[in-house]
Amino acid sequence: MASLAPTFGRGAMTNTWQDIKNADLVIVMGGNAAEAHPCGFKWVIEAKIENAAKLVVVDPRFTRTASVADYYAPIRPGTDIAFLSGVIRYLLEKDKILHEYVRAYTNAGLIIKEGYAFEDGLFSGYDSEKGQYDKSSWDYELDDQGFAKVDDTWQHPRCVMNLLKTHVARYTPEMVSRICGTPQDKFLHICEMIAETAAPDKAMTSLFALGWTQHSIGSQNIRTMAMVQLLLGNIGVAGGGMNALRGHSNIQGLTDVGLLSNLMPGYMTLAADHEVTFDDYMKTRLYKPLRPGQTSYWSNYRKFFVSFQKSMFGKAATPENNWAYDWLPKLDIPLYDIIKAFEMMNQGQMNGYICQGFNPQQAFPDRGKIRRGLSKLKFLVTMDPLDTETSRFWENFGPQNPADSAEIQTEVFQLPTTCFAEEEGSLVNSARWLQWHWKAAEPPGKAKPDIWIMSGIFHRMRELYRKEGGAFPDPILNLTWDYTNPVEPNPNELAKDMNGRALVELKDESGAVVKKAGELLDGFGQLRDDGTTESGCWIFSGCWTEQGNQMARRDASDPREAGIAPNWAWAWPANRRILYNRASADPAGNPWNPAKPIIQWNGSKWVGVDVPDYGPTVKPSDSVGPFIMNAEGVGRLFARQMMVEGPFPEHYEPLESPAINVLHPKVQSNPAVRVFPDDRADFGTPAEFPYVATTYRLTEHFHFWTKHARINSILQPQEFIEIGEALAKEKGIAQNGWVRVASKRGFIVCKAYVTKRIKPLMVDGKPTHVIGVPLHWGFTGQAKKGYGANTLTPSVGDANTQTPEFKAFLVNVESVSGPLV
Amino acid sequence: MDLSRRGFIKLTGATLATSSLGALGFGSCGEAVAENVRPFKLTHAKETRNTCTYCSVACGILIYTLGDGAKNARSDIIHIEGDPDHPVNRGTLCPKGSALLDIVHAPTRLQVPKYRKPGGTEFEEVSWDWALDRIARLMKDDRDKNFIAKNAEGTTVNRWISTGMLAASASSTETSYLTWKVARSFGMLVFDNQARV
Repeated sequence: MASLAPTFGRGAMTNTWQDIKNADLVIVMGGNAAEAHPCGFKWVIEAKIENAAKLVVVDPRFTRTASVADYYAPIRPGTDIAFLSGVIRYLLEKDKILHEYVRAYTNAGLIIKEGYAFEDGLFSGYDSEKGQYDKSSWDYELDDQGFAKVDDTWQHPRCVMNLLKTHVARYTPEMVSRICGTPQDKFLHICEMIAETAAPDKAMTSLFALGWTQHSIGSQNIRTMAMVQLLLGNIGVAGGGMNALRGHSNIQGLTDVGLLSNLMPGYMTLAADHEVTFDDYMKTRLYKPLRPGQTSYWSNYRKFFVSFQKSMFGKAATPENNWAYDWLPKLDIPLYDIIKAFEMMNQGQMNGYICQGFNPQQAFPDRGKIRRGLSKLKFLVTMDPLDTETSRFWENFGPQNPADSAEIQTEVFQLPTTCFAEEEGSLVNSARWLQWHWKAAEPPGKAKPDIWIMSGIFHRMRELYRKEGGAFPDPILNLTWDYTNPVEPNPNELAKDMNGRALVELKDESGAVVKKAGELLDGFGQLRDDGTTESGCWIFSGCWTEQGNQMARRDASDPREAGIAPNWAWAWPANRRILYNRASADPAGNPWNPAKPIIQWNGSKWVGVDVPDYGPTVKPSDSVGPFIMNAEGVGRLFARQMMVEGPFPEHYEPLESPAINVLHPKVQSNPAVRVFPDDRADFGTPAEFPYVATTYRLTEHFHFWTKHARINSILQPQEFIEIGEALAKEKGIAQNGWVRVASKRGFIVCKAYVTKRIKPLMVDGKPTHVIGVPLHWGFTGQAKKGYGANTLTPSVGDANTQTPEFKAFLVNVESVSGPLV
Repeated sequence: MDLSRRGFIKLTGATLATSSLGALGFGSCGEAVAENVRPFKLTHAKETRNTCTYCSVACGILIYTLGDGAKNARSDIIHIEGDPDHPVNRGTLCPKGSALLDIVHAPTRLQVPKYRKPGGTEFEEVSWDWALDRIARLMKDDRDKNFIAKNAEGTTVNRWISTGMLAASASSTETSYLTWKVARSFGMLVFDNQARV
């Protein structure tokens, strides 16, 4: 979500699933909701039937989403920024933007520093030796008081609007078509459809998923559409938004709680080495407003941090030790992400790895490299309900896993865990709803909950440190563990920890008691920075209050059928269902679309069907922006220094591409991407591997789990690729015939499904074939043994998030007589 | 008549054998139907609300379990279906969600802790205590040996990067919070989840 947060302030789906029904136009690009999110996709159909909405699909394949679309256009994998920059150019040229919205709610009028430039594919400040930017020129020009200068008339040559116009001028329909392979007429038709939603009472929703994230330019793919939506006035409104359709049941929750290398709960970040003291750390995090009177909610960071440390370390976190600031690890590099972890393993720099419900042997790129990495570990611990490939990486399964067990010295623990049906707790869905679920049965055999296992490891470690001493035991010995059952803490208690409580009697300014000591907080507004409150995840504050478990609420009533259902479960933050909903009303506080208001100003406060994502009594005349997390209060067309490869999105080719970057041949791919030398040596060239491949899910399978389930294994039993009729004919590949698909990193042998759904694209005058590689197979489970798409994929990630580039790489394909045995 | 779907099932299931739909206020038209309907098997099962474990639509599901929770009665999940009261999925499930029962009862569900020794060609069953003791020993030895308290400039950094962890995106938020606490108290930085895939 390193694209939505730099644009709007928070990295999450903006609207709800049901709200999709309010859209006038649904664009599915970078995803395939009909097959990957079928029960959510029903709301698209609802929009079509009940709201006369149109559905547009842009995808390399004619997917099942495309099959019910009103309009479909093909696109070459990895060229979405070119397409969408062309859309922006079209909107600006035809003046199809919602002016009042763009002027008041975006940074279009803010003035950028002198020195910012973009030339021949590079932004100002590039260091070609380091492959990184000095981003200091990518920011606003400030006045004497430290506020960004603004020109609301958009006359200033360095205001964001004018810089944007210049930036996208190159993305003409001809250029878009040359790069993307999308026919010009189809591109222009989609531009026209999108442009209609610039009307104040029309909304477009963007539904996307890993089709956008899994690129070396993934974050910028999403940002480009986020900019389109800002220009159209489609953020914060009913039926609008940037709807990131998350792929796993609690991937949003794990991100919210910060289970990523650099994150803390609630999107706080761990310190870097150069932030030597707590004061250094706070300096860059207490976001001072960049425009007069703005909310800049992160200015409360200290309250969130101190309350978190109190939750972690209790009485041991004191003002004297800076709330145990030094007890959290500091980062010497931006991220220890998974690609980096496997690089470290291959270099012999890691000894142990724990895989909790995660199967990297099939899920991470360059399967051979994953196996070699795991083989160099001293120990591997897997915790999973299922018999994963990762837990058996050392076992010889023939060509699908040619391991030499005797050579592999890794100790492996395969620990059986409960599954969803056998445990209690909350899951955060794509729309940020925390929904509670209950235990239905006991687990099989001796399987145990993850909570029990993690507690067991922790207690043993703590005991060893008590007995033996050892490296810096303080955070281990002082970690708060006051649970009723310390062996297996109850999820209820953990949820209350995240919600937070008062540690002393809390009084308001008038001296009235707001909370007694020990009481659960009502919300993050009650957090303090003096150690008198604790909260394990500030954005979840309000999820379990003195009124009980809000996540277990079951009232599905939906005022005005708005698609909000405010009393069903609980949504972060503060039960707001549509993020940035202040922007659903015009600057004076009246709804842009009177038929579908979300909140509006009634003269004394904001009222409506949702909780205001805004100060409830802040007057429209105060000109406080709707993007309350951003220091400037507005949405960012220009992302300042928040993206590593540039403040505006730019088209860069995938690391493996069949085409030259026609915009700037000298800067072919993302100049800020991180590539390890051994991985670069494993990139193929179009001469050797002439076809573009892309990976995806089938509707019958979920990753590498459902091949363990009988019905799904019957429905889709066998590994296959999809290949267009033209290429199949050229290569002599028969329907249902065997093929060998190879990249520079490895090969798979599987069945071919010859389809009309993928057609060759004309890219810069050359026909370009795309091959589809569904990703679900492996060597455990009930389906037929397979290799896995990650055998083929390159080990390189998005420059911001290190999400692997699964969606665009190069392969060759040939017909073979049968499987390897 | 205000009758929820579940109340309807309970009522009809309990009374169909001896009564007719007429008793529910449907008039005599229900009698012929009632004669041909078997008692609903799920009437006697325990119903538990849960959430589908796959994608992030987070469809509401109802899990039906045999066994009344008594100490000597082993619970067994016999049926899973979409929750018709859920505002997003409204009772529907996709081809994955419809087959949830098969993943709960998959023959490759793991039953016991297992260990594979260096160079070994197979797993052997071990006790939980043995496995967790051994894991803690390996982790502590590695942490003590490779923990970085200060960097080259002398700044306190307190990190441990020679052991890492991947967390589970299908586990509960409460599990993830506890996992965060444990992993970071050790000083772990090589720490990630499926957000990237």
